[in-house]
Amino acid sequence: MGGFFKKNGSIISTFFLIAITFWLIFLILIPQLYMLDLSFRPNLPPLLRGGPDDVYTLTHYKHFVFGSETSKDAYNYVDIGVFVDTIGTAILVTIINLCFCYPIAFYIAKLATPNATRLLILALIIPFWINELLRSFAIRILFAGEGVINNLLLEMGLLDAAVNFIALDVALYTGLTYAYILLMIFPLYNALETLDTNQLEAAKDLGSSTLRTHWRIVIPHAKAGIASGSTMVFMLTAGALATPVVLSSPNTFWFTQLIYQWFNMNDNWSRGSAYSIILLVVSVAFVLLMMRIFRVTIGEVVR
Amino acid sequence: MSADVELQGVSIAFGDFYAAKNVNVKIEAGEFFSFLGPSGCGKTTLLRAVSGFLEPSEGKVLIGGQNMSGIGPNKRPTSLIFQNLALFPLMSVADNIAFSLEVRGVSKQARRKRADELLDLVALNGQGDKKVHELSGGQKQRVAIARALAVEPEVLLLDEPLSALDLKLRQKMRTELRAIQQRVGITFIYITHDQGEALTMSDRVGVMNDGQLEQVGSCYEVYQAPSTPFVATFVGENNAFSGKVEKVSKGIAKVNVEGTSFSGSIGKTTVGDPHPVGVGDDVFIFVRPESLSLAKGTKAPKNKFSADIETIEFEGNLKNIYLKSSKNKSTRFSVPSVFDTSDLIPGSTIELSFSAESAIVLPSGPLALD
Repeated sequence: MGGFFKKNGSIISTFFLIAITFWLIFLILIPQLYMLDLSFRPNLPPLLRGGPDDVYTLTHYKHFVFGSETSKDAYNYVDIGVFVDTIGTAILVTIINLCFCYPIAFYIAKLATPNATRLLILALIIPFWINELLRSFAIRILFAGEGVINNLLLEMGLLDAAVNFIALDVALYTGLTYAYILLMIFPLYNALETLDTNQLEAAKDLGSSTLRTHWRIVIPHAKAGIASGSTMVFMLTAGALATPVVLSSPNTFWFTQLIYQWFNMNDNWSRGSAYSIILLVVSVAFVLLMMRIFRVTIGEVVR
Repeated sequence: MSADVELQGVSIAFGDFYAAKNVNVKIEAGEFFSFLGPSGCGKTTLLRAVSGFLEPSEGKVLIGGQNMSGIGPNKRPTSLIFQNLALFPLMSVADNIAFSLEVRGVSKQARRKRADELLDLVALNGQGDKKVHELSGGQKQRVAIARALAVEPEVLLLDEPLSALDLKLRQKMRTELRAIQQRVGITFIYITHDQGEALTMSDRVGVMNDGQLEQVGSCYEVYQAPSTPFVATFVGENNAFSGKVEKVSKGIAKVNVEGTSFSGSIGKTTVGDPHPVGVGDDVFIFVRPESLSLAKGTKAPKNKFSADIETIEFEGNLKNIYLKSSKNKSTRFSVPSVFDTSDLIPGSTIELSFSAESAIVLPSGPLALD
């Protein structure tokens, strides 16, 4: 520490120290610990907090599993259903995202000329200067009953009647896939860019087809990038709120919407916290499981 | 099996820039042929045209008499060893070597058997399970050779594969490459900017400059009988004196170099005829450093000049003496190290001479940069 101060001067060192401490303690540690603590407490009116009734309890977690005490069902089918749907959809979106982004990233990293690369990266970034909510509305307009896509398909005679893309959740999947596309493309691009082009040529010279070259050479090389991108996209999709609110069909409900309801509409912060913790823990556990299956270490993912 | 390779009027253009200009050469089956030239002379481009990664803009590449136009690198009977080797770092040594067999659907056991055979061939027995990064530079080199040979190519193409190795290993690998070539008996086309490599390994050498093939011949020919000033100065060391022809008789030209007359043999063209040198032509007269001798004491009236000693450089087997004379910016004179040179002191003037037979007269043209 003394060395650090000597090397960088006291003003810069102090600023660094404050910034890092603030980030670690106030932005990461305290909110998470507070939420964890809150999730084990009963939902009491402000006056009773800290009183004799304010004891640690599993009631919110029990509610997620078994439902309310007045319910006749053995389990909380509704909430668990929403949860499973959310995780399942997030997995699907991650896979779709990977399938879309891999060829784009490969093209940018290995095939495009330097000018085309710059242009494509701009084309990828600029739409993200627009707020996520606005982008979601734009997609809703595209997919609406009287929207651009329906009109175009009707015009071309490919459809007889307008398709309700919103009800089919096509709009939702598209919106979610697009929402985090950059977080998939950039790790992939970084990984693919470091691949020696001679390896592709060597494989070709040895008789390998394009498909096999990707399977045996490119994908193994990009594995860490794939893991890193997939992890981020999965986590953010599972935790998305704005896009599902705008784009989901009336009968689709995102788990984050449930959390939002507990916090804002039902004024039950403890239950909201418990649901948040459940989403966090299950998502992290799922990612760790996948990393173990595909033999990727944490170090590789965050590199 | 080995095949011959013929380049017929091959030109390769990138926009307005010609990386190769009208290259014609026939490389015989089973030959070790080197393209030798400075970096940027187009030799790698030419090799890529043979391997199929590039199509010539004009002309044809024939392998085993067959026109290769439109045939991709994976369909040609060639195998390329890259300058950086391009081994697959995430595969074991054996998987690297057997990759071409895996591509063809050969069974795992058969693949392993073939990989082991090839490892024997390149003297790496029992190293198949290692990872590429666990090998030394020379061992990686041999894995690259084994991997390229696994496809049983008729022509092996090598793009400066030894350039990353240190001197001792490079010399060892030269001998080894030559031995492997003779064992497998296929055509080797080798690209290098290192004349030592080209001369020690090859049956024939093609010297390239600026996209053009300047001369093709045996190592002895390109060294002893260069046909262009570029070849004379690029292959080995040479002293160039520029002057005008005074007299021509019986294959010997008398050249006036700033007032002094020197005689030298007239060089041969690429097709083997003497260059048509006439009186009054601008020419170079080339004398190798080892062909110069001290004229001290002798009364040789011909081919004698005096020069000031600038520096003396010790190069192990040789001593190089750099001189300055009015005839030439800098002259290099080499003697075996065993010579006593204690009386040659920088700043002193010495007299040197050479025989007309050891000097070559060629029409003026571009020299290799020194």
